[in-house]
Amino acid sequence: MLEKLGIFPEAASEFADQVDYLYFFLIGVTIFFVTVIVAALAYLSVRYRHRRSPVPTPVHGSILLELTWSGIPLVIALFIFGWGAKLYIEHQDMPPDGIEISVTGKQWMWKLQHPSGQREINALHVPVGVPILLTMTSEDVIHSFYVPAFRFKRDVVPGVYTRAHFTADKTGSFHLFCAEYCGTDHSVMIGKVVVMEPSEYEAWLSGQPAGETPVQAGERLFTDLRCNTCHAAGSDQKGPDLAGVFGSKRLLVGGGEAIADEEYIRESILRPARKVVFGYEPLMPTYQGQVNETQILSLMAYLKTLGGAAEGANP
Amino acid sequence: MNPLTVTAVPKPKRNFWNHDFSVKSWLLTEDHKRIGILYLLSITLFFFLGGVMAVLIRLELLTPAGDLVQAETYNKLFTMHGVVMVFFFLLPSIPAVFGNFLLPLMLGARDLAFPKLNLLSWYIYMVGGVFTLFVVFKGGVDTGWTFYTPYSSTYANSHVIAAALGIFITGFSSILTGVNFIATIHKMRAPGLTWFRLPLFVWSHYATSLIMVLGTPVVAITIVLVALERLFRLGVFDPELGGDPLLFQHLFWFYSHPAVYIMILPGMGVISEIIACFSRKRIFGYRFVAFSSMAIAALGFLVWGHHMFTTGQSVFASLVFSLLTFLVAIPSAIKVFNWTATLYKGSISFSTPMLYALGFIGLFAIGGLTGLFLGCLGLDIHVHDTYFIVAHFHYVMVGGMVMAFLGAIHFWWPKMTGFMYSEFLAKIAAAIIFVGFNMTFFPQFVLGYLGMPRRYHVYPEEFQVLNVLSTAGASILGFGFLLPAFYLIYSLKAGRRAGPDPWQAKGLEWTVDSPPHPHNFETVPVVTEGAYEYGPEEVKRG
Ligand code: HEC
Ligand SMILES: [Cu+2]
Ligand SMILES: [Cu+2]
Repeated sequence: MLEKLGIFPEAASEFADQVDYLYFFLIGVTIFFVTVIVAALAYLSVRYRHRRSPVPTPVHGSILLELTWSGIPLVIALFIFGWGAKLYIEHQDMPPDGIEISVTGKQWMWKLQHPSGQREINALHVPVGVPILLTMTSEDVIHSFYVPAFRFKRDVVPGVYTRAHFTADKTGSFHLFCAEYCGTDHSVMIGKVVVMEPSEYEAWLSGQPAGETPVQAGERLFTDLRCNTCHAAGSDQKGPDLAGVFGSKRLLVGGGEAIADEEYIRESILRPARKVVFGYEPLMPTYQGQVNETQILSLMAYLKTLGGAAEGANP
Repeated sequence: MNPLTVTAVPKPKRNFWNHDFSVKSWLLTEDHKRIGILYLLSITLFFFLGGVMAVLIRLELLTPAGDLVQAETYNKLFTMHGVVMVFFFLLPSIPAVFGNFLLPLMLGARDLAFPKLNLLSWYIYMVGGVFTLFVVFKGGVDTGWTFYTPYSSTYANSHVIAAALGIFITGFSSILTGVNFIATIHKMRAPGLTWFRLPLFVWSHYATSLIMVLGTPVVAITIVLVALERLFRLGVFDPELGGDPLLFQHLFWFYSHPAVYIMILPGMGVISEIIACFSRKRIFGYRFVAFSSMAIAALGFLVWGHHMFTTGQSVFASLVFSLLTFLVAIPSAIKVFNWTATLYKGSISFSTPMLYALGFIGLFAIGGLTGLFLGCLGLDIHVHDTYFIVAHFHYVMVGGMVMAFLGAIHFWWPKMTGFMYSEFLAKIAAAIIFVGFNMTFFPQFVLGYLGMPRRYHVYPEEFQVLNVLSTAGASILGFGFLLPAFYLIYSLKAGRRAGPDPWQAKGLEWTVDSPPHPHNFETVPVVTEGAYEYGPEEVKRG
């Protein structure tokens, strides 16, 4: 009913419903306190107006009252905190399987890619009921991926790979907004998320020019960018074997350690001299300016398939 | 009956206005009262400048398309609106005008501890202001008042450095004012004026000053780093250069969250004074109200991360920041309840300042409670960076601080100028402002939950109705804000003489002439009782 009036947004995920319950509870709390305060102000101002109460009676305070009106709000506040925290923490865990979508924000568009290679700009087609696992980064400034119908928002930060997820439970077309101010055309960095029945989604996918999958693109880049000259096993191998690197612990020159996660791989490609692997010379050239974020994501997808420690590495 | 009919009024005596009329005597004045007036004129100017920008923003948002101004212009408008209103109006508003004017009077002192520093702070403020005006006329800055990196440090093509410098420079005027107030409150209290006899206005200014002195240097450094990165590609915030973009947000909000309390605590001080006076009562739970200001100042420094729940900051950090945010709400709640309880068994009259004070309590309650929505982790994910937050902080900043400012000006105008304004017009203006304010900002809560992001020049059509409502409200509000400018100035010409204590208020400032003598007190007052000791004998009004 509220939706029809245009004062309440459509909810298209289970998370959205849960956020809405919390919202209604908080509205209840707000109405309660505002009513109490306004009623008290109104009653007291009328009851003790100068005409009716020409002489004030000094009242200095009451510890009991102070404790009551700090204690009760405190309990309510802690309750709201706990509820909100629970929702937030639960939503942090990535579901074990789902469809991996890579998202790149760029002034002023959203670039999205499906695991089987289909690319989209400012639109994302997804099946209903299946967890959508996002890996997001930005090519320039901070953006924020916001779908009000899912009550879902996550900042997209340059230099960082943000993992986040949502699961739609209703088909339809929903707004996708950029919520973090990012320059001139911030307000047109918008698009839509189209939620379809799984069968329709399959049909849609096969109707799209697939092109290379991220893994294929990564493999091709690995040769095109001549990474293989140093990283492929052979007599003149100058760099470490990259099989099994993703997700493993690396020992560094100078005594440190690092986990080879997405940020680590990205840094290895863009600023190799920052963290040099123990036992190797800092020979790797920087690829800053030669690869964009989408290509880095492809390289990463390829490296993940090279087996070894990383979970789910082999397709 | 009417509290305004006062004692027969003598001819104006020597006062801080008429003892010297020369321009030089104003520009080189060390009198805290004159400096307060200089600030009043300057911040009013900036308020109207920021107001004009707000009007243009609201007009643009009347239609979903971007038809009035271009995207770039729109972005500059909301940026300059924020910069001007936050740094050049809200932060200095009550402290620099009323704090300056009233603290020595309330403390029974001749002036602030460092009168020359006080004058310097006004000049610094003006230099910062000139930079900002320069930016406005040179074409503006488009980073948002929050200057998020790497947009501000690398990508923006507008006058970021000049704007940053303006803010950097005015920062020093805040610091000087803060230092001056702290020293004055510690050292210049009249004999007998113990800490717990201080008016709550003084307490709230003490807490505010601490934040100014401790917080402002951090934002100053942050702004310098942004400028250096722009100029020399330093690599602090831009990941391309090996920096960390989120570091900026931590530094910025480390100051800017406490700054929110610089923008509300002085207002709370004003409300305490007004409520006490017009209900003829000592503030209920005086010590709780006093200490809650200090608690807000201290806790306020520990909650900055609540602006960063969606950035991917660690879950643990988010939990801690959220928890502390809920705790900082309690001292504000304590104040609201104590003000309300003060009315109990009082003898209440509804002069204009009291209307503003009552309005403040209601609007601030809404502003504060909607803050809980934003501090709440699960919910903030949705409402963060939408119109919900725009509505929330306007309820606190305009519904709170601006209402308090208007309350203050109506309360102390007779003291400052010696004249009474038209109560009738003033009450009408207060009502118009109240209606216009709610009509402007209430729809924005709804818009925010619907999902309309902030800083949008164009927007989907389904948001139009609420935006039209908001713009309609804004025109009422804008009209309301113009009214006081007229009847207050008119009162200087035609107003009745106020006499020393037109409201029969308690407090040392009401014991001296209106307007006060250049040296405030003829003899050093000796204080023998607490603030707000309204007894039955004070009550016979009119
Ligand atoms: C000139 C030889 C050379 C080329 C070309 C080269 N690398 Fe490297 N790479 C190295 C060396 C040497 C190291 C080890 C020292 C270091 O960490 O910088 C290394 C380290 C790495 C690491 C970190 C491995 C670990 O064990 O932690 C990654 C990942 C990597 N390179 C990826 C790439 C990719 C992707 C490309 C192509 C875009 C590439 N490299 C091209 C020489 C090279
Ligand atoms: Cu954006
Ligand atoms: Cu904050």
